[in-house]
Amino acid sequence: MTHATPETLEAEARAQLDALLARAEPLKAKDRLKIPPQPMPSQPAAVRRGNIEEVALGFGPAQARLEALRCWQCKNAPCIEGCPVRIDIPGFVRAIAENRLEEAIAILKRNTILPAICGRVCPQETQCQEKCTVGKALKDVNAAVAIGRLERYAADWEREQGCAAPPAVKPETGKKVAVIGSGPASITVAADVRREGHAVTMFEAFHKPGGVLLYGIPEFRLPKRIVELEIATLRAMGVEIRTNFVVGRTRTLRQLLDEDGYDAVFIGAGAGLPKFMNIPGENLVGVFSANEYLTRANLMRAYDKARAHTPIYPSRKVAVLGGGNVAMDAARMALRIGAEEVHLVYRRTEVEMPARVEEVAHAKEEGVEFHLLQNAKRILGDEYGRVKAIECVRYELGEPDESGRRRPVEVKGSEFVMDVDTVIVAIGNEPNPLIRQTTEGLQTSRWGTILADEATGQTSLERVYAGGDIVLGAATVILAMGEGRRAAAAINAMLATR
Amino acid sequence: MHRIVQKRQLSDEVFLLRVEAPLIAAARRPGQFVIVQADSEFGERIPLTIADADPAAGTITLIFQVVGHTTHRLAALPEGGAIENVLGPLGRPTHIEKVGTVVCVGGGIGVAPLHPIAQGMKLAGNRVVIVIGARNAKLVILEDEMRAIADELIVCTDDGSRGRKALVTAPLKELCERSPKPDLAVAIGPPIMMKFCAETTRPYGVPTVVSLNTIMVDGTGMCGGCRVTVGGQTRFVCVDGPEFDGHQVDFDNLMQRLRTYKPREDELHERCHLELGIARLEGRRP
Ligand SMILES: Cc1cc2nc3c(=O)[nH]c(=O)nc-3n(C[C@H](O)[C@H](O)[C@H](O)COP(=O)(O)OP(=O)(O)OC[C@H]3O[C@@H](n4cnc5c(N)ncnc54)[C@H](O)[C@@H]3O)c2cc1C
Ligand SMILES: Cc1cc2nc3c(=O)[nH]c(=O)nc-3n(C[C@H](O)[C@H](O)[C@H](O)COP(=O)(O)OP(=O)(O)OC[C@H]3O[C@@H](n4cnc5c(N)ncnc54)[C@H](O)[C@@H]3O)c2cc1C
Ligand code: SF4
Ligand code: SF4
Ligand code: FES
Repeated sequence: MTHATPETLEAEARAQLDALLARAEPLKAKDRLKIPPQPMPSQPAAVRRGNIEEVALGFGPAQARLEALRCWQCKNAPCIEGCPVRIDIPGFVRAIAENRLEEAIAILKRNTILPAICGRVCPQETQCQEKCTVGKALKDVNAAVAIGRLERYAADWEREQGCAAPPAVKPETGKKVAVIGSGPASITVAADVRREGHAVTMFEAFHKPGGVLLYGIPEFRLPKRIVELEIATLRAMGVEIRTNFVVGRTRTLRQLLDEDGYDAVFIGAGAGLPKFMNIPGENLVGVFSANEYLTRANLMRAYDKARAHTPIYPSRKVAVLGGGNVAMDAARMALRIGAEEVHLVYRRTEVEMPARVEEVAHAKEEGVEFHLLQNAKRILGDEYGRVKAIECVRYELGEPDESGRRRPVEVKGSEFVMDVDTVIVAIGNEPNPLIRQTTEGLQTSRWGTILADEATGQTSLERVYAGGDIVLGAATVILAMGEGRRAAAAINAMLATR
Repeated sequence: MHRIVQKRQLSDEVFLLRVEAPLIAAARRPGQFVIVQADSEFGERIPLTIADADPAAGTITLIFQVVGHTTHRLAALPEGGAIENVLGPLGRPTHIEKVGTVVCVGGGIGVAPLHPIAQGMKLAGNRVVIVIGARNAKLVILEDEMRAIADELIVCTDDGSRGRKALVTAPLKELCERSPKPDLAVAIGPPIMMKFCAETTRPYGVPTVVSLNTIMVDGTGMCGGCRVTVGGQTRFVCVDGPEFDGHQVDFDNLMQRLRTYKPREDELHERCHLELGIARLEGRRP
């Protein structure tokens, strides 16, 4: 979040790094505290608003080593507690500091198969970095060791070296596993199960695999070539990927088990059902779910107006309802599609926003206008049924609710109207009911999530496992990956005795 | 890749493709549809009803009217060529049971999706009256196929060039006035036609099923782009439909939503006419 060029940042870091490396005596904690946190080189806001390219450009080698030197190598390593998959953070950070990148990547891969992705999209400030001692010492979570950026650095280095060989696969066992969906949970299961020598078929409803990583999270945050590479690795390992296949319709889950000879099934179908506000005017022309807007833009590449055949609504003034990552992505995508103004309307304050801090900052820099403690009450249309305005009401914070967040309460009589031509609803997603409805005996919660054992992912049905957003509700990439890991281990153990 | 095993031109604007899709052919039931995409990189995903299926041969039949960019591209594919992506079968199957007399009303291309439903209704033991409507004689499709199913067949055209000179609502009204009145009406065609069919049957209390053709992206309930208002509630056509109670559907909202991308579609349509070097089509739907 700086306007210095990558070259300048790298040159400054190089000078500081050389000075530190030239010292005879080892670095003490207080020396490390003096190293300035390394800013992420990024495209200037005014430029990136007009393109789809990645915003954060990644550390240079000196920046990465310098940042890694900030780590105290704490004995108790509280950062590890904050990481859902318990990566050996001091271990890989030290390897980067000492310029042993191959070792850094090897340490990362013991616990995650998607470091290039998690390094980019994890909400680090509420996970690993929240617990970091250096951040605590400096009384600022944003001054913690930049664990995610270092993880990304190591993974990008490996990719650019072209040395990422697909993991070794054991001899064929003759057993078959079906994996439903192709998001992070399913990618992890496919890789871990295939490694043991079992045949794996991945079924994806869309025409391209990747799940939310492909259709939801935009190119400017997660370049699609990174996701495509992970998919290519699966293919190289011998995973069969069948796109345009919707389980529950093309074949049912029961048919896969009983007729098609699969020994186990993993359900990683995600939480793809968009929630709406249930306010008047929501079906007017110009009101979209964030899922639709982002799918048109990402998967169908509607931003490429010269080539894509899928249209996207030509907006001038957009209101985005919500405060999570999905809302930020939709708002920033709307700017890139050509909107002149984007207004983000959120019921609570910035502190409660579930979005990653970095995305909130990026959105502001790019000119998204934040309307906090406000909520949409109804959407107004013109005589052609098109959106022309949105009526909002102001909120104030009341008593804390069960989650400990102060509950926003409506201020009576504070309604006002804002002129917009597009409304994007980004208030969350729920699990798609299709598999539940077409699979007898599969137990689900009252929110529609599939009930699965926390340790193994086992569902109420024998040989059927589940994980990721379909179990957790809309969660995160790293949690989905962690669930996939555990389910794969349980599937492998089950198959070993079959 | 789905190979096109047969291609036929049914009328000026209407094409039939028989496409290899063994799993879909085996699983599909009347009323269901597929999402088709000509190419994965930049193609659009569009819904088309499965007009017929042959599970033994592993093929499904699609019948579509050339209205815009994607349907043009599909029409330009040769026999033996292939469609990159076909997803399905999607949507809820038609509820088919023996109710007595069923009037099946098809307008324009709507006759294609109506065909498997009429067939199913007949097999279930109903008396089936079929009304086919089109703008003119050249646009009447599947007349022979429908005659083979129907206990009574009525053809009408806007200009009288074939059958009666009337809109489909005229014979529908007469059928409702008969005694006994029909037990069920099924109307499929342009939204405006379905709207007026529903208005025609409403005073007679004849339950009327319509099949809605909203804009779609995924077809699996993920985007909400296909939502419609039915009985004051928001429903997703791809998973809750495509068939709904015609007396409950807010057709005006549906028609407005169908025009969401009009300017962009017209631009692409114009472009493919230039590319294919053909004259601009008149009277597009909906
Ligand atoms: C716009 C957006 C931004 C996000 N940003 C972040 C972020 O910055 N950081 C973060 O950690 N998380 C983020 N998330 C959340 C994160 O992407 C998800 O938690 C994660 O992708 C869930 O992974 P999954 O494997 O459970 O399923 P998904 O990634 O949801 O994949 C499920 C796949 O299954 C397919 N499928 C569903 N049903 C069927 C069926 N019946 N048959 C065949 N295929 C089926 C779907 O088409 C889909 O491709 C974001 C989500 C969105 C939508
Ligand atoms: C469940 C269902 C079943 C259908 N079955 C048939 C069928 O059997 N035969 C047939 O000819 N047509 C059918 N349609 C309509 C068909 O999908 C559209 O005619 C087609 O999408 C037009 O695409 P285009 O690119 O050629 O035209 P465009 O120029 O893009 O659009 C022409 C018109 O088609 C509609 N349309 C555009 N994009 C979409 C989209 N992604 N999804 C749906 N409609 C769209 C709009 O109203 C638009 O004004 C069906 C629609 C639905 C929802
Ligand atoms: S996977 Fe996520 S939480 Fe774990 S160390 Fe990496 S960035 Fe932090
Ligand atoms: S808590 Fe912070 S300083 Fe300590 S080991 Fe982890 S990353 Fe390094
Ligand atoms: S087409 Fe996306 S939800 Fe129906």
